[in-house]
Amino acid sequence: MRLHRLIVSARADRDPRAAGLLADAHALGFTRLTRIQVHDLYFVQGELSARELQRLATELISDPIAQTWRVDDELPEEARVIERALRPGVTDPVAEQIVRGARELGIDGVERASTGQRFVIQSTPPLAETELRALARSLLVNPVIHHFALGSLEPIFPQTAEASSHVEFLPVRECTDDELLALSRDRRAALDLNEMRAIQNYFREIGREPTDVEIEMIAQTWSEHCGHKTFKAKIEVGDWRLDIGSTSPISNFQPPTSNLQIDGILKTFIRAATEQIAAPWVRSAFVDNAGIIDFDDEYEISFKVETHNHPSAIEPFGGANTGTGGVIRDVLGVSAKPIAATDVLCFGPQDLDPKKLPEGVLHPRRIQSGVVAGIQDYGNKIGIPTVSGAIIYDDGYTANPLVFCGCVGIAPKDSHPRAPQPGDRVIVLGGRTGRDGLRGATFSSMTMDAQTGVVAGASVQIGDPITEKGVIEVLVRARDAKLYHAVTDCGAGGLSSAVGEMAQEIGAEVDLRNVRLKYPGLAPWEIWLSEAQERMVFVVPESNKPTLQKLCDTFDVELTDIGAFTNTQHIVVRYAGRVVLDLANDFLHDGMPRRVLSARLPQPVSTQHVTHITHHADLKATLLTLLVHPNIASKADVIRIYDHEVLGGTVVKPLTGAMDDGPSDACVLKPIGTRGTRGIVLSCGINAEYGKADPYRMAISVIDEAIRNAVAVGADPDRIALLDNFCWGDPLRPETLGSLIEAARGCYDAALHYRAPFISGKDSLNNEYLGSDGLRHAIPPTLLISAVGIIEDVNQAVTMDVKEPGNAVYLLGKSAMQNSVFSIQYSVNSQQSTVDSPVPGMPEYAPKMYRVLHRAMRAGLVRACHDLSEGGVAVAAAEMCVGGRLGMELRFDDADASALFVEANGCLLVEVRPDDCAAFESLFAELNREIRLIGTVTRDNRLVIAAGGAEKIAVAVDELVAAWNRSK
Amino acid sequence: MQPHVLILHADGTNRDLEAARAFELAGARPEIVHLNQLRAREKSWRDYQILALPGGFSYADTLGAGRLLALDLKTYFADETREFISSGKPVIGICNGFQALVKSGILPISNLQSPISTLTFNERGHFECRWVTLVPQSHTCVWTRGLAEPIECPVAHGEGNFVLRDPALLDALRANDQSALIYARPDGSPAQNAYPFNPNGSIADIAGVCNPQGNVLGLMPHPEDHVVAYQHPRWTRGERGRMGLKLFENGVRYAAQL
Repeated sequence: MRLHRLIVSARADRDPRAAGLLADAHALGFTRLTRIQVHDLYFVQGELSARELQRLATELISDPIAQTWRVDDELPEEARVIERALRPGVTDPVAEQIVRGARELGIDGVERASTGQRFVIQSTPPLAETELRALARSLLVNPVIHHFALGSLEPIFPQTAEASSHVEFLPVRECTDDELLALSRDRRAALDLNEMRAIQNYFREIGREPTDVEIEMIAQTWSEHCGHKTFKAKIEVGDWRLDIGSTSPISNFQPPTSNLQIDGILKTFIRAATEQIAAPWVRSAFVDNAGIIDFDDEYEISFKVETHNHPSAIEPFGGANTGTGGVIRDVLGVSAKPIAATDVLCFGPQDLDPKKLPEGVLHPRRIQSGVVAGIQDYGNKIGIPTVSGAIIYDDGYTANPLVFCGCVGIAPKDSHPRAPQPGDRVIVLGGRTGRDGLRGATFSSMTMDAQTGVVAGASVQIGDPITEKGVIEVLVRARDAKLYHAVTDCGAGGLSSAVGEMAQEIGAEVDLRNVRLKYPGLAPWEIWLSEAQERMVFVVPESNKPTLQKLCDTFDVELTDIGAFTNTQHIVVRYAGRVVLDLANDFLHDGMPRRVLSARLPQPVSTQHVTHITHHADLKATLLTLLVHPNIASKADVIRIYDHEVLGGTVVKPLTGAMDDGPSDACVLKPIGTRGTRGIVLSCGINAEYGKADPYRMAISVIDEAIRNAVAVGADPDRIALLDNFCWGDPLRPETLGSLIEAARGCYDAALHYRAPFISGKDSLNNEYLGSDGLRHAIPPTLLISAVGIIEDVNQAVTMDVKEPGNAVYLLGKSAMQNSVFSIQYSVNSQQSTVDSPVPGMPEYAPKMYRVLHRAMRAGLVRACHDLSEGGVAVAAAEMCVGGRLGMELRFDDADASALFVEANGCLLVEVRPDDCAAFESLFAELNREIRLIGTVTRDNRLVIAAGGAEKIAVAVDELVAAWNRSK
Repeated sequence: MQPHVLILHADGTNRDLEAARAFELAGARPEIVHLNQLRAREKSWRDYQILALPGGFSYADTLGAGRLLALDLKTYFADETREFISSGKPVIGICNGFQALVKSGILPISNLQSPISTLTFNERGHFECRWVTLVPQSHTCVWTRGLAEPIECPVAHGEGNFVLRDPALLDALRANDQSALIYARPDGSPAQNAYPFNPNGSIADIAGVCNPQGNVLGLMPHPEDHVVAYQHPRWTRGERGRMGLKLFENGVRYAAQL
């Protein structure tokens, strides 16, 4: 069969794609490069006439007005070529569309297609072959998904393989402990000896050896990712001393006195808080794929946040892409229509010296651009607005970036069915099954090393948002027509997990021969465990199948019937009739031995050092330094490449103010189709610096941050629910587990303090990278708190930009703050001192103060509101000036300049009209120590801050804008 | 009569609900119909007085934004679209719908064999979501005719850079009053290719074009995302008006008197 090769390039001289790559290449040390051109490669296989090829090139593949195409070309002498294409098996939607489109054009000879890119690289003198390979590896090619060549590349198509029915028996009954562990390792099962022994015992009892399908399913069901072993484990705590360091005066948690054992972190701290708060508006917590709360009389809203850290480290685009797709399916898994996406990202420093990069790790710059592009691609294409998030940078995330993807959904109340019946069909909807994403559940439960990228290549996938969009269209209509009895997504563990979970109370029998494959050749265990994207499993009564089929036909969604639910309390999997798996539900779901772990709590923090600004510091320079710091400066470059407007409900947008560039505290949504004025508020809190210093207070701080952000835009403080995402290192190390317990205890105390229940959470442990130097690179203990709140009337939402000159500026909250971690470490004029904890503790007054502030907002007394976070009151005021393009004059009695930059919890700046000041102050009558009039908004375009009677900072708003937007 | 609006849904269309809401607020009766329903003749083009091609990523924008939807229009619905358009019924293509109308050779002049223009990658090389100011210019276009005020609404696209095969064609477009909407500064003066007012580098700041007859309008920005006051990015600062809804009211009014 003929292989036709087409090269397509832009007509315009200036190719922005190329400009970006050149800048990246220079940053990575390839400074001799003068030009990179990017061409698209299309490989079309089939018998085509010259006329047909011409038509294909001009009517389908290239845009004749903006692009040129050719079969071959001559390149300048100094140019070198690198060509890359996707590995066989990696999703290539373009290739599929070429085949489909050719048929639509009436060109029937096209058998198959494949795509790639060609990079034409110029430098003087030309790059040597070793340099070209280095450039390919560090910038242009990811061996996990690409193959490449210097010069002309031959595409590789998936081999046409025979269907495989190969099933292996893995004898365990006679194994020694060492052999059991070796088996766990060989299968990358991440099971420990106790768990392997439990498996051994089960098969000894039933009198046979397990198949590979069975071992893989048990490993998946019992993985940290699916089973949350650490959060459910019994933990022995060596030295429970809550009287040290970071104890809050209002600690709610009573530690056990005699038996120093925790009966599960989840149960003891997280669920316990939710149960004790017992909010009547919580509809589902920790049970379903997503947490669910009431919206109004008609609707409920669901929210889930997932991590996709390991896949994003290895293949940033695909990892973040499928992370987004995966969390959207979580929301579909509660029968909700996805309406918003959130993304919180943690990366290494973007200017990291490439020489300092651990072996096998991608540069943080490449990780960020890939991750952001992956989120953009999936979110924008599927049509869900990305409205809330954060990006933080820390050395600790270099080898192990964190990618938190969240999704909010909406559904009519009680429309989500959860009752599979024996006899119902097991229906797979959406994408086909391939070898992609095998063992993702167990992979995410392991420490990464330099080999991970190579070995775990199969764990990484590229998403196909349009297929998932089709699934959304079908699911929403099928739900409203009551066509199914239950539904869940295929996430980690694929069909094994989805069918296994839904059959937990009854049983199921499926035949893998019926599963539609992307390409043949998959062994039964691979089909069962594949984590191929965009699939949902529906539980459908036989009589509803034709109606569902009709819906699927309309929306071009594939429906596959793979079996039935039973009442046998067993899950039985066949391949072409032959049984390849038969496991009892009670063993599979309840047979995992509970882990017993030991923890060592963090040492007292009373000896920690913090830095203070000296009295003689150049405070204006300090402020500007803080504003350009990557953790504070504008993230507009990222925010604007996400579509945050689609679905037409974004009332408070991520960027706000007179020039649409001020940082919103939170996002407000008014979902299309809902009645009345009620809206949804989304916000988050995260702080890596605090995590390193004091995990207990960190947890309190990020909960306060998420809540105060939500309150700042108008959320009702009595209607805020929380999601927790813990990203920690290896919990088998007692000190790591100890810090996790401290953070969980902080969650418990703060949730009760604010009466904000947890409704969903996820832990991602083992976020460590074992370098080839033998050193462990662990991330800072990181807790993301995502908040979802309700605002009664979106027309009363408040933004952070100052509105009118002459208005009063109040500081709410206790500013008697002695210390700071973040702000000062980046400034030059500082000195050290000792405090009991560098992390601010629980603001006792805050819940009450937030309620009063909310009343003021309902009364229309608040013109602008912004929370104090990194960089303290000075940065908050500067951001408000940027937002409103107006000045401010602030006065503080205390001459201590460091107070201007100090971070405390429970503090906000509020702008109030002069006429409203009396009413505003009277609302705060009982909180008069928590409210201070500190200045006014001015017409004069300067931020002026005086302390102790002396002017400390005077800076033009234009300078603040330039610093904040890094546009100097 | 309340016009019945055919909102065409292809795989990957995602701003159909917003378009439907805009038409509803404008007094029409919208219905979202999948291409396959028309192909299967479950729905008939003749039952509708307005055709809307909403935004989204039809077929994931593979092989160029709107390209494969354009191919569908040409392959399956060439007669139906020709009949709809030549009968003078209003047609609007927004964002991805505009891209499909251009790439199928329906806009700016009907030339199915060899389109005279395209919408290619933004000059900045990436997708961008931001609010823009549009000035309606065309009196020929039934959607923009009589609109005195600018419109403010978001753009959200990566391939919105309007390019002509031959820049000389610009004079013809202008002569025919086909430059329906241009990107402008907030004060209403033309953007003159200054970023971010002209967000994508389109020639002559063209944000939307109509056919010479004026009943078919295509535009990159999303007027359907500014139909309620609280959608405006600066509503908390008291900024009101300049809604995209007026465009839909115009089209619906025109269809109602056909």
